[in-house]
Amino acid sequence: MTTKTITVSVTRFDPERDERPRLQSYDVPFQDDLVVLDALNWIKAHADGSVSYRWSCRMGICGSCGMNVNGEPKLGCSAFLRDYLPGPVVVEPLSNFPLIRDLVIDMSSFMEKLQWVKPWIIREETALGAGEHRQTNAQIDQYRQFSMCINCMLCYSACPVIPVAPDFVGPAAIALARRYDLDSRDQAGQERLRTITGSDAIWDCSFVGECSAVCPKGVDPAQAIQQAKFESTMGMLLPWGGR
Amino acid sequence: MVSKVYPMRSHTVSAEGGCAAVLREPDSFETHAFDTIKGSDYLADQDVVEVFVREAPLEVVQLEHWGCPWSRDPDGRISVRPFGGMTTWRTCFAADKSGFHMLHTIFQTSLRHERIRRYDEFFVTSLLAEDGRCDGVIGFDIRTGAVQAIAARAVVLATGGNGRVFAFTTNGSICTGDGMALAYRAGVGLKDMEFVQFHPTGMPSTGILITEAVRGEGGYLLNADGERFCARYVPNKMELGPRDIISRAMVTEFEAGRGFDGPYGNYMHLDVRHLGEEVIDQKLPFMRELGSEYMGIDIVRDPIPVRPVEHYMMGGVDADINGATPMPGLYAAGECANVGLNGANRLGSNSLPECLVFGAAAGRAAARYARERAAPTANPIGSLVTDERRRIEGTYLDRGQGEDRVGVIRQDLQRAMDRDAGVFRTGDGLQRMADELPALRERLARARIDDVSRTFNTELVQALELEFMLDNAETIVHSALARRESRGAHARRDFTERDDERHLAHTLAFLRPGGGPRLEYRPVRITNWQPQARTY
Repeated sequence: MTTKTITVSVTRFDPERDERPRLQSYDVPFQDDLVVLDALNWIKAHADGSVSYRWSCRMGICGSCGMNVNGEPKLGCSAFLRDYLPGPVVVEPLSNFPLIRDLVIDMSSFMEKLQWVKPWIIREETALGAGEHRQTNAQIDQYRQFSMCINCMLCYSACPVIPVAPDFVGPAAIALARRYDLDSRDQAGQERLRTITGSDAIWDCSFVGECSAVCPKGVDPAQAIQQAKFESTMGMLLPWGGR
Repeated sequence: MVSKVYPMRSHTVSAEGGCAAVLREPDSFETHAFDTIKGSDYLADQDVVEVFVREAPLEVVQLEHWGCPWSRDPDGRISVRPFGGMTTWRTCFAADKSGFHMLHTIFQTSLRHERIRRYDEFFVTSLLAEDGRCDGVIGFDIRTGAVQAIAARAVVLATGGNGRVFAFTTNGSICTGDGMALAYRAGVGLKDMEFVQFHPTGMPSTGILITEAVRGEGGYLLNADGERFCARYVPNKMELGPRDIISRAMVTEFEAGRGFDGPYGNYMHLDVRHLGEEVIDQKLPFMRELGSEYMGIDIVRDPIPVRPVEHYMMGGVDADINGATPMPGLYAAGECANVGLNGANRLGSNSLPECLVFGAAAGRAAARYARERAAPTANPIGSLVTDERRRIEGTYLDRGQGEDRVGVIRQDLQRAMDRDAGVFRTGDGLQRMADELPALRERLARARIDDVSRTFNTELVQALELEFMLDNAETIVHSALARRESRGAHARRDFTERDDERHLAHTLAFLRPGGGPRLEYRPVRITNWQPQARTY
């Protein structure tokens, strides 16, 4: 009996010996319920231990395994091989980031941008003994979708602004800024807004919405960006403006 | 803050159901303490439990102040839901992504503190522990392969569990028991390692967790005859019995021929169809997402196939109520630690508050200790780094090519652990497993390493993780072999009863070069609750 296989082509790049990335193909046993990440794990365990990629939870919540699958940004753990039959499946690193090795991108720029937008509650701290701040589920609904970001970087890979303006804070970080700005417990006022609209890059965002289209968690960063632009404009028109 | 992954990838992110804490009447500290102690099959240290239940509510409020989107009651207060083994509703939750929201809240809040220096994607290979005290860690930056020491006045291990020692587990790939192995190698005891929790409801193919909150919200567990079989085992709790008992009930039903048959073996149905779409979307949206994504079902219309799956390590680095290990300067918190809270079986939704309460305690104790001692001196550290670099590179990068692969040896370990150290155990099986471990170590020492690059060498990381996993497996198997009774999650077919006369004690496993661990025992601290029969 022959096992059914599918060809998976993976970007290989080791800066210690390669000038530029290339694709290497592997024939991987196919099963209906296998995802691209399973294929990579099979390759690493059985065919070539040197293939490098990030992964952990394999259930779409840790955000580690973002990669381009046949040119589209995906989580490797939720891209089913069956959707790419008969193959080949081309697996490449996310776009718009420096490449470290194989499928591993350098996301340190995002870690900085995340810190820029102050993704924490800004308000006077109160004693724990006084209990929780009240917040209704309707108030949570105001920011809920923006709190679902898993920092997987798919939206940065899809973003048309990042390649021309690498310092653009970018979709995920702006969504997280909105997540706190819209939280009834937060008292930051215009503090975060000034950070994200301070650079010109946000105005280059043309509401193409690629970021929202590729988000695996239903976050709508494009909406967050539009909200930020709108609030910022209101703030400029009305000296006392904003929220 | 040193982490082998970016901090928001850590496996807390996958915790779903919630975080137990006594928030308000009619709940009480006494009932939370008693539920925890009974759940532990009387192996919890009761003074630790008493502190835990009092601190947990403050930590939940702290998380709320930091922005955690806890689900709310109509009046805006933090909501609670029922959970297994808890006599009342006390589990706070953020829909069914509680761990995700807690982790991101804490990590994002930590960014406020510019003095926190992070070493992201730094793999720790050993503790600096020359004179019986911990002076920091040695490891390498995964991105560059550069081995370096990070000197510290105090070290807190918060490295999580070791579920990847098993093949069928809810745990992510990073859960390889690194912190436990680091402490074990430095001479610190690992406590109660025989107690491994099997969660009743894993997805049959992948082991992805279906949260206990599904049963908390009213889901039924059904066997192939359509019976709610829990009635035979935990008639007063039904589906909300503790995890150890429900997992055994499922395996017992399978063995009696009352399970469904599938490509991954027997399974049961977890049925939430009667809850209706609205409740499911409000309380269990992630379960619906996981069902449709990974099983092609809609849990609003279809029952969910489930089977017991390795989930949590009750044991861990021996630590006291402040997270202090017997080694000065070394602290541990969370799943990698054993502070005496969970005993032989942890109750669902007690692990997230454990992280909060004992993480805070360990941090405070480590800070106090650090203030009182001098900084480690640089001189001996330099030579230790050189030695460690030689060990790592000599063992794995500069050597001939064998045939065996790291991934294959790992799989053999995992399958053998599933076979011999699972829901039910026997002396013969555990002995067989103990006998296989040295051979697995031998194979790893001769394994082929394809990757000789210093840049992001994940094969090297996996080889070193497998060393750690073998250390973990050794302590699990030998501790289990010596415990000739059944207690909590440790169920022996050859010793089916709990034996308080001989075994109401914590196991401590110490590294003994060239053989299995040396085992010692320590009495359980009992304050108010004398051991009773554990029925539900």
